[in-house]
Amino acid sequence: MSIRVIADKCTGCKVCTRACPQMAISMDGKLATIALESCNFCGSCVSACKFKAITIEIEKQAREDLSAYSGVWVFGEQCDGQLAGVVPELIGAGRRLADARGSELGVVLLGENIANLAADVAKYPVDKVYVYDHAKLARYRPEPYARVLSALVRKYKPEIVLAGATTTGRSFLSRVAVDLYTGLTADCTGLEIGDDGLLYQTRPAFGGNIMATILCPYTRPQMATVRHKVMPAVLPGDTARGEIVNVPPQEQLLTSRLTITDFVRDVTQKVNIVDADVIVSGGRGMGKPENFAILQELADLIGGAVGSSRAAVDAGWMPYAHQVGQTGKTVCPKLYIACGISGAVQHLAGMQSSDCIIAINKDANAPIFQVADFGFVGDALEVVPELIKQIKAAKVAK
Amino acid sequence: MKIVVCIKQVPQSTNVKIDPVTNTLIREGVESQINPFDLYALEEAVRVKERLTADGEASTVTVVSMGPPQVDAALREAITLGADDAILLSDRAFAGSDTWATSYAVAAAVRKLQADLVFCGMQAIDGDTAQTGPGITVHLDMALVTYVRKVREITTKRAVVERLLEEGIEVCEVQLPVLFTVVKEINEPRTPSIRGKMKAKSAQIPVWTAAAMELDPDRCGLKGSPTQVVKIFSPEHRAGGERWDGEPAELATKMLEIIRERATV
Repeated sequence: MSIRVIADKCTGCKVCTRACPQMAISMDGKLATIALESCNFCGSCVSACKFKAITIEIEKQAREDLSAYSGVWVFGEQCDGQLAGVVPELIGAGRRLADARGSELGVVLLGENIANLAADVAKYPVDKVYVYDHAKLARYRPEPYARVLSALVRKYKPEIVLAGATTTGRSFLSRVAVDLYTGLTADCTGLEIGDDGLLYQTRPAFGGNIMATILCPYTRPQMATVRHKVMPAVLPGDTARGEIVNVPPQEQLLTSRLTITDFVRDVTQKVNIVDADVIVSGGRGMGKPENFAILQELADLIGGAVGSSRAAVDAGWMPYAHQVGQTGKTVCPKLYIACGISGAVQHLAGMQSSDCIIAINKDANAPIFQVADFGFVGDALEVVPELIKQIKAAKVAK
Repeated sequence: MKIVVCIKQVPQSTNVKIDPVTNTLIREGVESQINPFDLYALEEAVRVKERLTADGEASTVTVVSMGPPQVDAALREAITLGADDAILLSDRAFAGSDTWATSYAVAAAVRKLQADLVFCGMQAIDGDTAQTGPGITVHLDMALVTYVRKVREITTKRAVVERLLEEGIEVCEVQLPVLFTVVKEINEPRTPSIRGKMKAKSAQIPVWTAAAMELDPDRCGLKGSPTQVVKIFSPEHRAGGERWDGEPAELATKMLEIIRERATV
């Protein structure tokens, strides 16, 4: 690892001295000088220099021939024979990337009795559907799923692997990436093939206040997870397009130190907020827990789910599963209606990428109005019942 | 039983900005805190220790963190909150680590400590990846359970836990050694005790370097990281739009118009 200042290009502007978090750069006359013993190779100075006068050389090489890897894979997450909502979106992104690379798009299905599902998936614009069918894969468990996907990757060598950023995807993809010693980028909002043929992965960090673009240049596959409702879905056709490849299961990959003994479906949520197109959310301004029933009524009338700020959850008014924000869930619905929510930075981190934000708050200075597309200064406890009244009246009139 | 908690020191506020001149994160004046999710991991570790001790199984809770020297403060804070001792993993060789290189180094510390049970927070509020905890389990060939919302039973050999999934609660039985990543719902973290504060003040926190853990330098830091950040930028700034005030009925009418355009009423 080495870093140097290219004397010919350095203009003495001193911007790099400001950028360095280690304060390792000083000026020797008009030439920037880096104290190597303090430098941690973070690259801040390289980004900062407008004249490209600083370079870092990383002695990194690929450990193997990367050209042996080809194709884009989508992990076809499924439960009880139903594809997870994010999968058609991943297929859309995967198709675009495979076309850009001139390679094949495959969907990988793990589960039990998934032959029918495989036939359905083959109707999407995919080239291959890999099917790994075994009783021990009936429900997601980290060890069997990670071992199987790793083994499939080692055998078929896809260049890119995409998965949903669901509780399942986020758990076991990291195990696969570490096992394969390759890069994984979480929660991507952008995926593009660059001119260099690499996958440029863009994702939010710091609760969405910063965007970062990430590469995985020296290892394969380049892996990424994508949240539901971030990328557009594609629809299946009427006929099979993809070839089904049944992979004979290997028992030794399917052992697990974890067994699932029960599953209790959440009946309080009619619509899961992570999947919802419309969310009606309440905060401390709702006054008391009983008032969340008003929000549920509105949500039912407009096909939405109910969300909550952290304040309401901490006060015990709503279960944690409904919490939207930095330490709750991140949502991206078409419509987010914030009722009696002040709009603390931590809450915004969970919903600021919603397509449309409506806010109702008594306080005209509430920070939520800084991000709301449509702001209503008023008491949610009066406006929402009025809204419900008007919706019901319109229905009767029909 | 040896229990280890992995924590991360993160900025106090994630409301960070990019310096338009240097195109890097503005770091001055940003305070630090223990990653909020890690506080729940620590609390659960201490509670499990209390449960096991009550069952006659003496246990300890050691907190581990990787970072620059100032992370010592976060480790001391963890001791005030019930950890018995702490280790700081710090080495210039770790600079620029992505989640692969971080999990490699932290796993080495967990191995050196011979931990039977490891607790991690669900994710860090700066990186937001949730990858380091699961990654550690591969380096150590350890069982993994993510999104743990309750530890129903725990012995030295097995645990029964509840996981918080999108669609409901899953109950699992898992063999130790195991690593849990926990969600906020699992407990209410305690406040620092007087005893904890005194312990933290006088605690000796060793610093383990890459060499001390016999790490392969090619697998550490920027060099060992398969991913690299090529660019950071500010997202499109979202500005507030139109605003109305008036009688509830008027506001409701206007809102309904807007809703009709975007949802099925």
